[in-house]
Amino acid sequence: MSINITITLNGKKKTLAVAPTQSLLSALRNNAKAKEVKDGCSDGDCGACTVLMDGKAVNSCLVLAPAADGSEIVTVKGLGTAEAPSAVQESFVNSGAIQCGYCTAGMVISATAFLNENPDPTRTEIREGLSGNLCRCTGYQKIIDAVANAAKKNHSQGE
Amino acid sequence: MSYKDKKFRIVGKPMPRHDAWEKVLGNTSYAGDHEIPGMLHVKALRSAHAAARLIAIDTSAAEALEGVEAVLTAKDVPHNETVTKFGQTHTVGGFEGLYRVLADKKVRFYGEAVAIVAAETPEICDEALKLIKVEYEKLEGVYDPAEALKPGAYLVGEDESNLVCQYKIRKGDVTDGFSRADVIVENTFTVPQVDHAYMETECGTAWMGEDGIITIRASTQVIEHFRGIAEVLGLPQNKVRVIAPMVGGGFGGKEDITVETYLALVVYKTGRPCSMVWTREESLICHGKRHAYKMHYKTGVTKDGKLVAQQVDILSDAGAYVYLSPWILLYSTVKAVGPYDVETVKVDSRTVLTNNTFASANRGFGGAQVCFGYERQMDEAARAIGMDPLEFRRRNYLHQGDAMATGRILENAVETEATGIKVMEMLGEKTVSDKPNIVIGQGMASSMMSYGRMTFLHDTSRSYVSIELDGSVVVRCGVQDIGCGQTSSLASIAAEVLGVDMEDVTVFFGDTSLTPLAGTTTATRMLYMSGNATLKAAKAIRDNLLDKASKHLAVPVAELDLVNHQLVVESAPERNMELEQLVKLCASDGVELFNLAQFNAPAREFMDFTSGQGQVFADFTFGSHAIEVAVDTDTGRAEILKYVACYDAGQAVNKLSAEGQIEGGAVYGLGYGAMEGIQYDRGKTLNPDFATYLIPTSMDVPEIETDMIESGGGLGPFGAKGLGEPSSVPSAPAFVNAVCDAIGKSINDLPATPEAILKALES
Repeated sequence: MSINITITLNGKKKTLAVAPTQSLLSALRNNAKAKEVKDGCSDGDCGACTVLMDGKAVNSCLVLAPAADGSEIVTVKGLGTAEAPSAVQESFVNSGAIQCGYCTAGMVISATAFLNENPDPTRTEIREGLSGNLCRCTGYQKIIDAVANAAKKNHSQGE
Repeated sequence: MSYKDKKFRIVGKPMPRHDAWEKVLGNTSYAGDHEIPGMLHVKALRSAHAAARLIAIDTSAAEALEGVEAVLTAKDVPHNETVTKFGQTHTVGGFEGLYRVLADKKVRFYGEAVAIVAAETPEICDEALKLIKVEYEKLEGVYDPAEALKPGAYLVGEDESNLVCQYKIRKGDVTDGFSRADVIVENTFTVPQVDHAYMETECGTAWMGEDGIITIRASTQVIEHFRGIAEVLGLPQNKVRVIAPMVGGGFGGKEDITVETYLALVVYKTGRPCSMVWTREESLICHGKRHAYKMHYKTGVTKDGKLVAQQVDILSDAGAYVYLSPWILLYSTVKAVGPYDVETVKVDSRTVLTNNTFASANRGFGGAQVCFGYERQMDEAARAIGMDPLEFRRRNYLHQGDAMATGRILENAVETEATGIKVMEMLGEKTVSDKPNIVIGQGMASSMMSYGRMTFLHDTSRSYVSIELDGSVVVRCGVQDIGCGQTSSLASIAAEVLGVDMEDVTVFFGDTSLTPLAGTTTATRMLYMSGNATLKAAKAIRDNLLDKASKHLAVPVAELDLVNHQLVVESAPERNMELEQLVKLCASDGVELFNLAQFNAPAREFMDFTSGQGQVFADFTFGSHAIEVAVDTDTGRAEILKYVACYDAGQAVNKLSAEGQIEGGAVYGLGYGAMEGIQYDRGKTLNPDFATYLIPTSMDVPEIETDMIESGGGLGPFGAKGLGEPSSVPSAPAFVNAVCDAIGKSINDLPATPEAILKALES
């Protein structure tokens, strides 16, 4: 049995036939082929699958796909492009915050949502804000740098 | 001007990595992101027992389920029993670890694959797995390596003993050494099995090409497993191709075969493409872990701080299959006394089969365990003679030209002492606690860790470089990029030598059919080996370009250079030429614009196994970590106030990447020191998810301050050493030494959790 849900994925309307118990993560990866959303644990522990759902960062593995019906989903591909990357994306590259890159998609989404809520954070606040996203490569140092640098840039542009 | 004297434009600078943009834009396709029309999904049935006899497997009900294409057991594998090959192209005898594709006759560990199912959907796979009936006869098993060595112990495999191998090192007479000691310090240290916990679990796809070649695209550190896969299937080696796309973390855990043989087998049996992705639980339970060790250190020191004797006994738990255990133990044995000059040394080491999950490569490869042993022991010895830990180390550090306990002379740069002084300087004065329940401590640790494989493996790497007609550059090199900048560093090297920018270089990598074989991305060898091969190839093209320009312009080669897409004539800048123009000139005259180069690591014969004397490694990376902690004596919580690390990188190729390695290594090692450990109940993993197997989050780790010495004394390109593994090795002892300094008690077992710290406080 499947249910049709309609979501807006990175600005495009999509109708997906999902099972009642299917996760949003699975619907995004397997139905919508949004492979940029990563599966690290399917259990809500690692944050690799984080997407923006109606502007809020969620672990897409913990959201049932039918519950996402009608919502607006943004993945890392919806944040920016090569020609026009988001400030957070640009900062992750320039700060050396990317190693294997597997946590990056979720990390960048969490950082984006966090900076929307708290545009001028301290480093400790950034650490708290990203504590749901595991990274095994970087030791987090350059990720924290990247978010702090993006905040600084937003700040100076805002002034 | 010789290339040697050139001022670098790219090398050594902090640069964004060339692979970072595609990753941050979500464009990088990892092994598990790949879909093939009509592909089957593959899942494994895993043993619920750690030790059992396989009486019968009935797959008929599973096979009858609609949507199931194949159910395969050991009897379906052409060569189910094969051996792990330790050599690359050079055959090395002595140690061959049995590798079994699917369990046969006997199950050796909890989670061992007993059967695999290939079906139209993952859901049908799950249904089918439930329909397979396995009859087990449960066996007692053995879970402790000391028990496994006793006469009459349960035998894990089919051999008459559980002992896999043993080594020894003898330097002088330790009895004599201890007789000259003023103080003898003895301690036993234990370190647990830990997991790599990369964010991407084991995964891949496979298909049969129209040419009859089986291709496996998998998350692996070793595309050259195509040889082993071919052997399992009974095919010629040139009928199997392996591709490694960008890997979502490796750390040694993707050094052994994981999904590859299962995928190849399904393609071989069904002719259909397929996909296999392990769950996090499978990953935590079923792939090789870091070896758990029990280490006994007995150290003799004089009052004035000289190490006169070091006696080390190492007992390693190999788990259920041999895999890389012999090599890892050899690494531990050679490095057992660390970067110190000890007058007399006696090391004995053994690795033993048990029914725990098998252990194999993990970042540090035997170097991390013994570093905890020798560096904890250095602090305990310093305390016993009332000497400052740094001062004590300074009286014993090995220097360039000194001999290790194996007799090997360290002919290259040895900057351990400089890194030790530096980190303690960076750490500064100890903070004063203003709360009665908070005690402050400082600790340091130094280490030596090899980069490059063991010299008797006769290691090689190959790289192809070409320059296109528009001046853009191509590198083809069979490296696996596991996230440390393996391909990006090759782009830096080619760009530097050929006078272009990093973004002008495309690196094709990780494909046994299209990229020259470069060996494994393991052993901190990629920059050293493939960096040198790429440098050699790029220099050959540079020579051809400059030679042509010299003839064309009638200017000596010594006055020419390639800078910013231009041929630069230093004596007459008005005669500078666009690189593109020079390339076209060469092309029309038939000058070779490509080069395939091979780099051979310095090779040696086997060490003398009766005395442990000889050369095992080409070179080492030396460095130190230092930590200040605040321990809450009520809760046992140890908050890190400051973390500093300093390495001799030889020459950083990309400063930003090199710093990233040191920071990431520090935290990887800190997890080992403070949090991590696979817990077992008679071989059954008790913490198979990230809610129970905890790794550091951004809240668990401090700001990390790094520094680098660039001695230029490494064997890699431009004098580079390797940082990948070395950077993670001293974290655990530095952390525990700081905690012990704070609480005035000894902690000799990892991980030093708050519970362990409280227990030590109460002792």
